[in-house]
Amino acid sequence: MARRAGAPEVNAGSMADIAFLLLIFFLVTTTIETDAGLDRMLPPIEPPDTDVVIKEKNIFQVNINKNGQLLADEELVDLKSLRAKAMAFLDNGGDGTCTYCKGRRNAESSDNPSKAIISLKNDRETKYGTYITVQNELVGAYNDLRNREAQRLFGRDFTDMEAEYLNPETSSSVKDELKEKVKRIQDLFPQKLSEAETSTSN
Amino acid sequence: MSKFAKKKDGDLPAVSTASLPDIVFMLLFFFMTVTVMKDSTLKVENTLPNASETKKLEKKDRVIYIYVGKPTSQYEKVFGSEPKIQLNDKFAAPSEVGDYILQERAKKAQELQNVLTTALKVDKNANMGLISDIKQELRKVNALKVNYTTYEGDAFMNLNR
Repeated sequence: MARRAGAPEVNAGSMADIAFLLLIFFLVTTTIETDAGLDRMLPPIEPPDTDVVIKEKNIFQVNINKNGQLLADEELVDLKSLRAKAMAFLDNGGDGTCTYCKGRRNAESSDNPSKAIISLKNDRETKYGTYITVQNELVGAYNDLRNREAQRLFGRDFTDMEAEYLNPETSSSVKDELKEKVKRIQDLFPQKLSEAETSTSN
Repeated sequence: MSKFAKKKDGDLPAVSTASLPDIVFMLLFFFMTVTVMKDSTLKVENTLPNASETKKLEKKDRVIYIYVGKPTSQYEKVFGSEPKIQLNDKFAAPSEVGDYILQERAKKAQELQNVLTTALKVDKNANMGLISDIKQELRKVNALKVNYTTYEGDAFMNLNR
């Protein structure tokens, strides 16, 4: 039996054109998402059963008015110096129970990082951008202090460790190891940032 | 010497383009896999503020988005120029936020319902009053984990407008 030649070959010359067309379509529609931001926890709505008594000196009051001016601990401060001021407050260690604090141990300021609370209050007419800047500076103050301790204990930045811990691609064995370290640093400087309800007056 | 001279006489050989489709396909697959189709069109201006201490928002299936901002010029005539809340594809009042969160939460898988994050994508020129209302609503439905979505950058750039 005479064998016929196989089916004639399909011309694949235009495949590149088709692929290019698709490529350009996806190139144009792609938006590499920029989903990063400041993580915060809101306070639960029901008030705690027992009233907690907090000493005045353990609270760092930050007020933002509608013009974006800042009142921190009853002083008008510039946004740029807020981070340093918050760090000084958190790192103070007034009652001497904090062994790792490097602050001035001012008796008028916070006793211990675990007791220190930053309270943020804003006006209804405050610009969102300003609010985020203040939030950023306060979170930055915590991160700077945590980084310092993480460098001392583990020779690595805290933010770096946390990012790796939260990354879903990290293997679970590494995660378990990091979890302990992250937890330990978080306990040294627990993030106590309270967001009071906005003031309606003025 | 003649050994080398011999080759010179012909034309330059044409570069083979046979592997071009392969390369293009490789790029194509890359873009196909990283593409995220937008699920809602923005009806509000949404210039996010900058922040430097950000954390990445992993796992998109656990996130509920709320957009806030001034309606775009197309909608300005109907909805005015005051910042508004956009939920999915429509404008909403602050009181509707709670219901929206509950609705979205019910759509997610059971095991994810307790670990949801609410991403607030707020225009940097919006006022805090509206945000406070949203926060209050979120607290009412116990959606306490929020993420103020921002761009990476110097936070002090938010101040100049």
